[in-house]
Amino acid sequence: MKGFGRYMIFLGSLIVRRETFKTYYKLTIDECILIGVKSIALVALVATFIGAVTTVQTAYNMVSPLIPRYIIAQVVREMTVLELAPTIMAIIYAGKVGSSMAGGLGTMRITEQIDALEVMGINSASYLVLPKIVASLMMYPLLVIVAGGCALMGGYIVGTVGDIVTPTDFIYGLRFYFDPYSIIFALIKSFVFAFLISSISSFKGYFTQGGALEVGIATTAAVTTSIIAVLLSDYLLAQLLYVR
Amino acid sequence: MIKIKNISKSFAGKSVIQGISGEFDKGKTNLIIGSSGTGKSVLLKSIVGLINPDEGNVYYDLRNFTEADKEMKAEIRREIGMLFQGGALFDSKNVEKNVMFPLDILTKIPPGEKLERVNFCLKRVGLENVNKKMPSEISGGMKKRVGIARAIVNNPNYLFCDEPNSGLDPQTSILIDDLIGEITHEFDITTIVVTHDMNSVMGIGEKIMFLYKGKKLWEGSSEEIVNSGVEELDDFVFSNKVKQGLKGKV
Repeated sequence: MKGFGRYMIFLGSLIVRRETFKTYYKLTIDECILIGVKSIALVALVATFIGAVTTVQTAYNMVSPLIPRYIIAQVVREMTVLELAPTIMAIIYAGKVGSSMAGGLGTMRITEQIDALEVMGINSASYLVLPKIVASLMMYPLLVIVAGGCALMGGYIVGTVGDIVTPTDFIYGLRFYFDPYSIIFALIKSFVFAFLISSISSFKGYFTQGGALEVGIATTAAVTTSIIAVLLSDYLLAQLLYVR
Repeated sequence: MIKIKNISKSFAGKSVIQGISGEFDKGKTNLIIGSSGTGKSVLLKSIVGLINPDEGNVYYDLRNFTEADKEMKAEIRREIGMLFQGGALFDSKNVEKNVMFPLDILTKIPPGEKLERVNFCLKRVGLENVNKKMPSEISGGMKKRVGIARAIVNNPNYLFCDEPNSGLDPQTSILIDDLIGEITHEFDITTIVVTHDMNSVMGIGEKIMFLYKGKKLWEGSSEEIVNSGVEELDDFVFSNKVKQGLKGKV
């Protein structure tokens, strides 16, 4: 509870004594490039393979000849949009971006760079962390959209090239009983996950004390805590927004 | 001038500094000395507000910094320049951007003037043609000098240096000391240096405060330090073999 209280105070400190909009704008764009653009390749690669594997596994488990083949595409679509794109990507995002945030801030803390900002009269938490959170909120939903598209593309390529399902059936399956709300749900999840990962990782990194060993510990804690928070919120959001 | 009154600080119930009072004069190099673990850095961080003291007050030219509101604290901090032990240069910025940083954040002067000021400060600390180098590409001594340039770029009224000589060879240490002393007199600022280097004490110490086990034990000038009559200070001053030999002769 003490840790949660510190986390809430930390979040509050991000919005007091802020710098100028111009300062945040530049920093946010830099962060968008660092955490968004530079993550696209990894996200696309992982998502494509996840889509491909999901297609193969679904086909392998559908043994009844009574189930039409286009159902494979429908299953891949539902899994991708609802879970694989937002949630699995969140775990990858926590590992890549969350660890980088915690490690970067932790190193800044132990090398007194954060103290240097404070001495200059700058709210270091707001200056360093707010752009990371804003950039995450902007970029992670886009990464989820890219991941969703790549996963479906991966499924399509493997399904058609491997003669698992015809192209027409796959496209039909993707559109079969499609509920646009699932996209909205996925985007809501992606905003929540982006906030949790960036804020928790920053919190862990910002309050690092000690030396290189503690930076490593903070980075590990950032990733594990972020993943737990993502999974917990995934369940809560499913209960709140998707149970009908 | 900076005045401290009855500063105390404890961590996890363990007292680190106790009831320290004193004055640090304008236009002088004021030194806080003592062995490792005596609370020098804690006192310095309490003065600049990086640590909140449990008791006592810090006054910057009669402005009570400890009890000031956030705006007032921010205003006072904008008059402060600080050199950290490791330089604390921002890894992601090159030398020029590191030195320019306080100007970017705290002032609205045009880019051309900023660059002029940065080049002036870098030249003042003896660094030229290193503007585009990253902190990882320069030596420890150069990092300290860039740190000094960044600390003075905003024309501070107060300069703080935390162990400016740590990790440096004797020659570079003297260079950094001389630079701090010269800048203090040239810009008429209140400088506080935390050190345990006796070369610094004898070289630039104009007003010296000696801490021992978290308490102020002695205050005076570098001329008075060898004849202080304080046993703990003598042990600190004559703490190496050569000096111990000299002390024997004295």
